[in-house]
Amino acid sequence: MKALLVLEDGFTLEGEAFCGRGEVFGEVVFNTSLTGYQEIITDPSYKGQIVTLTYPLIGNYGINFDDSESERLQAEALIIREYSPFPHNWRATTTLKEFLESHNTMGIEGIDTRALTRHIREAGAMKGVISTEDLDPLSLVQKARAHPGLVGRDMVQYVTCKESYVWNERLERAQDGGCGGEYDDDGYGAGRFHGAVSTGSRNDDGGEGRRHHKRQYKVVAMDFGIKRNILKMLERAGCHITVVPAYTRAEEILALDPDGIFLSNGPGDPAGLPTIIGEVRKLLGKRPIFGICLGHQLLGLALGFKTYKLKFGHHGGNHPVKNLITGKVEITAQNHGFCVDLSERVTGTPGGVPAPAFNDLKVTHINLNDNTLEGMEVPSLRLLSVQYHPEASPGPHDSWYLFESFTRMMDDFAGERDMKRLSQNRNQDQDMEEKGAKSASSKAGVEV
Amino acid sequence: MPKRTDIKKILIIGSGPIIIGQACEFDYSGSQACKALRQEGYEVILVNSNPATIMTDPDMADRTYIEPITPEVVEKIIARERPDVMLPTLGGQTGLNTAAELHRRGVLAKYGVELIGAKFEAIEKAEDRELFKAAMQNIGLEVCRSRHVGSVEAAIEFAQEIGYPVIVRPSYTLGGTGGGVAYNVEELREIASNGLDHSPIRQILVEESVIGWKEYELEVMRDKADNVVIICSIENFDPMGIHTGDSITVAPAQTLTDREYQMMRDAAIRVIREIGVETGGSNIQFAINPENGRMVVVEMNPRVSRSSALASKATGFPIAKIAAKLAVGYTLDELPNDITKKTPACFEPTIDYCVVKIPRWDFVKFPGADRTLTTQMKSVGEVMAIGRTFKEALQKAIRSLEQDRYGLGSDGKDEDAKSLRELRGAIEAKIKVPDPDRIFYLRYAFQAGMDIDEIYACTKIDKWFLYNIKQIVEFEEKLKKNPLEPAILREAKRYGFSDRQIAYLAGTDELSVRRRRLAHGIQAVFKLVDTCAGEFEAFTPYFYSTYEAEDETRPSRRKKVMILGGGPNRIGQGIEFDYCCVQAAFALKEEGYEVIMVNCNPETVSTDYDTSDKLYFEPLTLEDVLNICDREQPDGVILQFGGQTPLKLALALEREGIKILGTSPASINRAEDREEFAELLRKLNLKQPPNGTSRSVEEARRVARSIGYPVLVRPSYVLGGRAMEVVYDEESLASYMETAAAASYGHPVLIDKFLEAATEVDVDAISDGQNAVIGGVMEHIEYAGIHSGDSACSLPPFSLPKECVEEIKRQTLLLAKELGVVGLINIQFAVKGDDIYILEVNPRASRTIPFVSKATGVPLAKLAAKVMLGKTLPELGLTRERVPGYVSVKEVVLPFIKFPGVDIILGPEMRSTGEVMGIDRNFGMAFAKSQIAAGTPLPTRGTVLLTVADKDKGSLVPIARGLSQLGFELMATDGTSRLLQANGIPVRKVYKIGEGRPNIVDHIKNGDIDLIINTPIGKGPKYDEYQLRRQAIIHDVPVITTIQGAMAALEGLRVLMKQGIEVRSIQEYHREVR
Repeated sequence: MKALLVLEDGFTLEGEAFCGRGEVFGEVVFNTSLTGYQEIITDPSYKGQIVTLTYPLIGNYGINFDDSESERLQAEALIIREYSPFPHNWRATTTLKEFLESHNTMGIEGIDTRALTRHIREAGAMKGVISTEDLDPLSLVQKARAHPGLVGRDMVQYVTCKESYVWNERLERAQDGGCGGEYDDDGYGAGRFHGAVSTGSRNDDGGEGRRHHKRQYKVVAMDFGIKRNILKMLERAGCHITVVPAYTRAEEILALDPDGIFLSNGPGDPAGLPTIIGEVRKLLGKRPIFGICLGHQLLGLALGFKTYKLKFGHHGGNHPVKNLITGKVEITAQNHGFCVDLSERVTGTPGGVPAPAFNDLKVTHINLNDNTLEGMEVPSLRLLSVQYHPEASPGPHDSWYLFESFTRMMDDFAGERDMKRLSQNRNQDQDMEEKGAKSASSKAGVEV
Repeated sequence: MPKRTDIKKILIIGSGPIIIGQACEFDYSGSQACKALRQEGYEVILVNSNPATIMTDPDMADRTYIEPITPEVVEKIIARERPDVMLPTLGGQTGLNTAAELHRRGVLAKYGVELIGAKFEAIEKAEDRELFKAAMQNIGLEVCRSRHVGSVEAAIEFAQEIGYPVIVRPSYTLGGTGGGVAYNVEELREIASNGLDHSPIRQILVEESVIGWKEYELEVMRDKADNVVIICSIENFDPMGIHTGDSITVAPAQTLTDREYQMMRDAAIRVIREIGVETGGSNIQFAINPENGRMVVVEMNPRVSRSSALASKATGFPIAKIAAKLAVGYTLDELPNDITKKTPACFEPTIDYCVVKIPRWDFVKFPGADRTLTTQMKSVGEVMAIGRTFKEALQKAIRSLEQDRYGLGSDGKDEDAKSLRELRGAIEAKIKVPDPDRIFYLRYAFQAGMDIDEIYACTKIDKWFLYNIKQIVEFEEKLKKNPLEPAILREAKRYGFSDRQIAYLAGTDELSVRRRRLAHGIQAVFKLVDTCAGEFEAFTPYFYSTYEAEDETRPSRRKKVMILGGGPNRIGQGIEFDYCCVQAAFALKEEGYEVIMVNCNPETVSTDYDTSDKLYFEPLTLEDVLNICDREQPDGVILQFGGQTPLKLALALEREGIKILGTSPASINRAEDREEFAELLRKLNLKQPPNGTSRSVEEARRVARSIGYPVLVRPSYVLGGRAMEVVYDEESLASYMETAAAASYGHPVLIDKFLEAATEVDVDAISDGQNAVIGGVMEHIEYAGIHSGDSACSLPPFSLPKECVEEIKRQTLLLAKELGVVGLINIQFAVKGDDIYILEVNPRASRTIPFVSKATGVPLAKLAAKVMLGKTLPELGLTRERVPGYVSVKEVVLPFIKFPGVDIILGPEMRSTGEVMGIDRNFGMAFAKSQIAAGTPLPTRGTVLLTVADKDKGSLVPIARGLSQLGFELMATDGTSRLLQANGIPVRKVYKIGEGRPNIVDHIKNGDIDLIINTPIGKGPKYDEYQLRRQAIIHDVPVITTIQGAMAALEGLRVLMKQGIEVRSIQEYHREVR
């Protein structure tokens, strides 16, 4: 069925809907990854966006049980050059078309996706509409303009979990319907697909310093649209994860007494989330915090910085990011339209909480393509965040070490807390000796 | 980490002559490296024996040694030049092996030369299978189960352990020479024995078969700071079991999920780190079991490779250039991405098109050779095509091959579809045993009603690819019904169908289809290859055509000239023509023109986007060239440099109003057309062998009778002596005429009187239309009758009288003027007694242009390009011939080792793949060097076996005497030995095959013989001597098959044994030329 794609500036291309019909709105963005369409369209960060894939041949390996990043299809629609209705891969269980259909999502093909990409590159990411019903470009431009778009909007509400839950990968897989074989996707098992190997016996021999952790870290993950692979990576780093809805109050989180707090990725404009920023601000310094993507942006805002919209964002799996601490370059997965601006701090008090004082912010990572901020660290606040996606999926695994950094931060914190407890106990003992028994059961280590 | 300042002088080793498995991709990598390193201010010393390369142009390096690439000779160069470091990773396997050997011999340590790029340990770890296996196990990666064995028995024992089929790979050989797949013990016995013979260390690897598994390659780069990036993934259309050089391959990988791809990426990164390739590019191959995803590492090349060249062209990322810079200490993040300028080279290219590479085979040149594709590479070249879909790229690639196919069938060259259903069994057999036609048989298979699962069961070609082929086949049906309906026409173009295919289906001609689609606005658009899928602005104009909404070309208003390249390498048309195209591009740039290059061969320098102002990576067909002309509107097109490929288009392009620069198509035709040519010679009072043309057997008989046997027969309009034969009687003539029709494509067959025992001379000259100057006169060592492309030759002539040479020059200049040549002209003469005959006139760049340029220091191709723009030779400072005082000998390299079953004697059909040059003070030494460089060094002691045809017996006596005096022992069969004894030359008589044992073949096998002089009585397996020559090839004993060759060898030996080899750069030689 004929479909028209019209952007708010009037740019129009004609294609064919290979599945779905109707009219869909969203911000039109492009992703340059050569592989990973399943992960991309199920990534909650794409909520509100119509995704164009620059690689022209899509659907080749179908859809499988394992590779979705959430239980839903998140992108508003998919734009490609050529759909392959005949996938072939030993893990494939269905076709992309069936998958899109089962989630009522439109997919159009036959589009000059390169022309579209070049247009977005020059004119910037913008609102657009795909329609199989209204084929009048002028009318569609009007509709696209009338669409609210992403800027300043809270998109997180559509993707965050409703209730908190404890992450368990095996359970998750079982709920998905499961797949016969267990797939050892750590990449370090010589690429074997094991017939019946349990998750517990994964061959985590630690190529990049990943070790089996005896210690279980209690981590609370704030879900702004969290990708499954983040949870998997955290789990593999030794974390026991409680996922909480995006609007959970800081007090509730701290009441769970976690070893660390994780702020997830998510869709849309971070500046459209003032309440959450206020809660995040309350968490600063209380526990080690690790943020990815939207989580990183929220940390930036909570620290008192601003964010701005990138012209066409970073969406792909080949962006070079330099780790300024080690001097090494990581090839990274990226998916963001906004960026933290460290040039000035503002003194607003979102959520009525003042920004904390610190003077040890370090830029840890920058993007070598455009020198934008990719990672930062505030040691005094035990804060670590990256704009890009160390969990990859899709994308290269060069930055897996960051999950290790997070657990190390939690180790240090726990160590200090133990020390503090010890010395407090000693003080208490002294007090007791000196002043006699008095209750001093206050929880230590909350203020750092 | 900026570049190293502790080094000043860098030695680069090239890859030597073009052979199967090692072609001009290493000229591309070497040229890039030379350029990159000189830009950084280093002094570059280059050694390469191949004069046809662009890298050996005197401007490319500070000093260029066109000398044999052997450890002995390179040691001499090191002693003379004292380089600080040596870069061995850009010269293919030759470069790597030479470097490793120099290390083993302690030469590098002795002269304090450091290996950069890859250290010896890394080379050894990657090349030695056992070490490699251990290394992979060390990092937890699987490899195929395998064992090195040194005997057939051990091979059989291990095969029993792992089960058949097994793969046999000889250690330390190129392109899998001598390897194969054994399905049973009998085959294993044969293949193992052959493999052991081929391995320089008599060792083979017997390996678990992963035939039918999915095959992948990753191109990986690493820098000193341990940053690693993947430049490109390549998926083989043909699964494991066919050498990757013989496989259709596709970039990027098509059928892997991100998880699987990333797993492979992780593995590749671990491999390059473990092997320890410090800096530069490597190629790592993987196999994946399609049933369960089990992945094994197949092999790793710790250097740039054929695939790196492909990956560079496929992505726009210049691997060799970056590798060179990394080798001198830069890190990836310090280097800019050439294409985007603003972003760094430290990234992974992403592409928004599909790339298909198809090998080009030349089995027609080797009747009797086994056409089955196996783990031993047999192709001689390749093409690459870019499209927005696999279907489009595949069809473009097929028409790029120039094998008169214009897509996947429906071009009038197919088997009849109706009979196909009946032939199903035969089709099944054809797709099960892969050969070069398999891709077409996949189409037949669908047409014959086979489904994807059935075809998959036969081929193990991934079903995704099969589905795409099926789509083409199905669309063809739709197209057939309504070929000229605009919507369908448009879809056809998007499926990659050529105008030729559509014309065939519509029953009209190519140009009508073109006009119809243009009338409906269906025109090709051009998109950019930009490394980043459009994410960043690109500055490098590297284009491919497709049928889409938007065109990205930016035609300038500058004066511009389009150069048409030579297409895929094949026998008869190879790197020499790419050299000429590249030189022309440089010349036009110097003259201030915008240069537009069109070519489809990914191995070449011409398809480096740095060579020209604009690069169109496109098939060289009329349709595709006209599409570019529509967009670019060039002021003129140069066809003279790309060999026969562009010349074939001359008349058609001119008819479409395209201006052809240089010699007019009419003049070209005057030289090609027999009758016009005869008229021309009559007018100038020049001689040619009596001749005639014919279209039928009867006519041929009549002509042959009137001019007398033997006659030389050949089709017109072919290059490389395709289907050319010397015919001695009517019977052979008739059978020739029946088969020649196919090669001739409707053009008449040419019949010439064959001149026996005539000296052949090749002359290259340049003319501006008014003035003509001789470029060089080359006297062939072999007599006329052996294709000029297969003959050794000497510049200047070594035996012809001065007056004769002068007369040849006079005739050359006369012809150049008469033909109004503007540019280059090549003439072949035969000298018999006092008579000079003209065999052939080619008013275009010839195969010998680069050799002549290297021999004389005159850049003929460059000057010719300028002449075509209207410059006169006096303006360019060339008013007379430059005759050097030293001697340059060109020798050819033949691929017989790859084709068991093919006789090795030379004839009028060209079969060599490459050439080398020996250069020295005298003919003898230059010849001896050329033999060493060609890989068949003359032995300086030992036993020579002599067995010659009766007609050659008289000439043999002085040669035998000379050899005997030099201390060689002589061995001869009955007739020859009696002759020698009668002349008082000591000789040992040996048995022919069948006379008793041990016979000559036993002696060869036992290593008793060091050199064979064998002039043939006949060609082919019916003769005993065929066995002899075959065994000699297998056991690496040099064979000289002509008396002239033997005389030259004797002279070479005399000098070689008296004085050692000395080396000298061509820059020094050229300084002497006045």
